[in-house]
Amino acid sequence: MSMLARVQVPAQARRGDVFPIRIAIQHSMETGYRPDNFGRRIPKNVINTLTCRYNGVEVFRAEMGSGVSANPQLQFYLRAENSGELVFDWVDDSGQRGSERAPITVTA
Amino acid sequence: MSADRRRFLVSCSALALAPALALAQQNPQREALLREVTRGAALRIGRVLVDTPTLADNGHSVPLRIAVDSPMTAADHVRRITILAERNPRPVVASYALGPYSGRGEIVTRIRVADIQDIIAVAELSDGSFWMGSAHVIVTELACLEG
Amino acid sequence: MLTLSAVAAEAPRPQPKSGIEYAGGDVRALQADDFGNPGMLWVARGEKLWSAPAGRSGKSCAGCHRDAPTTMKGVATRYPRRDVGGGELLNLEGRINQCREQRQGADVLRYESEELLALTAYVAHQSRGMPVNVEINDANRVNFERGRDTYYRRQGQMNLACTHCHEQNAGRKLLADTISEGHGNAYPVYRLEWQSAGSLHRRLRACFFGVRAEQPAAGSAELVDLELYLASRARGLQVETPGVRR
Repeated sequence: MSMLARVQVPAQARRGDVFPIRIAIQHSMETGYRPDNFGRRIPKNVINTLTCRYNGVEVFRAEMGSGVSANPQLQFYLRAENSGELVFDWVDDSGQRGSERAPITVTA
Repeated sequence: MSADRRRFLVSCSALALAPALALAQQNPQREALLREVTRGAALRIGRVLVDTPTLADNGHSVPLRIAVDSPMTAADHVRRITILAERNPRPVVASYALGPYSGRGEIVTRIRVADIQDIIAVAELSDGSFWMGSAHVIVTELACLEG
Repeated sequence: MLTLSAVAAEAPRPQPKSGIEYAGGDVRALQADDFGNPGMLWVARGEKLWSAPAGRSGKSCAGCHRDAPTTMKGVATRYPRRDVGGGELLNLEGRINQCREQRQGADVLRYESEELLALTAYVAHQSRGMPVNVEINDANRVNFERGRDTYYRRQGQMNLACTHCHEQNAGRKLLADTISEGHGNAYPVYRLEWQSAGSLHRRLRACFFGVRAEQPAAGSAELVDLELYLASRARGLQVETPGVRR
């Protein structure tokens, strides 16, 4: 199953305004310390990197470990510059990648 | 939480420029961890608010807000925020790269907290200085588990 | 004796209290936040599955039931339910799997699988805010009575029945927990302890474990009957799916 994610970005913002961004991803963030039903250790597998690009420029990067809760969620902020697109990319320890994008309209 | 925050703010103003490593000296593990984050640079207490419930409902998912007092301009901004939970099996919880385009030196997330402990956040600013804040979290256990 | 206990069990009870009212501030805030509530990830997955073709028929749920926010509104308030022409008592999971088998020509989804949880959460979510309103009638009275018997039967090494915690001691402390009335109105829920969404049957099985009793299988008739009895106790409580619990 592909990684399901939800992002929340305001559709519109005034230039210079600071707006919140929220992202939530369905992922078990396996710590590597948990046994399965047969007592075998489930290998560590967490989303280790998440980036956000704003019109192509990386504006945020999260490096995460097993101390981040399952189904990780994150809120951070950006200053509105120009209309365009926010692109979120992430990858877990197993190499599985996910991506989401959100348009934003910036008014004067 | 508000009482803790008040205590925290009081301690911030009192210790504003005190080297934080002095506080860490009775705790070599914490000292080593902080040195790793700051790459040996001086670390001061203040400017970093760690906002989390004093009593967490479940250690698997503890809400956490880190707010760094910074104008977030090109000349003066937060470069990085690192979250540490020294009693977790892997104490470095997460690290976030920010910049002037962030507009606000703040992140909100949820973390795993393995034990009653201090959650520490270290902010690296654009002038190369390091600042830290912390909050004490008590994790409670459920009465009814699955197995 | 049987009639007496039936009368006693159906006598008016004080207004039921949802489990969320026993929860701490963080859990309440998380449930109330439609973005932060991690259960909404399962609802979102269910929404995708709703319009995905399945099985030999190549039909999706939407192929017959169209727009879930309209057609599924209120459905969860009436479950578990028994069809008029007989058949088994079905909870939402059972109904979804019946549809897959009989209408879509698809394999049944494993109980507690991500897909079944997602579809169940999506369907139940369409009734959020509506009162639980199961009807006890001639068709399901035998299930109701079996469920009620389970509720009041002492079990396991601890020799406890559901009633001993969730009726006689609701609101009191058990270690660091506050005992709830054990209603199912928020299920599937996202439970912080599970680090995942989960079904009511998963939670009920944990209770059986807690009293060191033999655990009925998820989806078993015993648990669906108990689910019906619990739903009758929860009448009037709002559906909260996806709820958040500790």
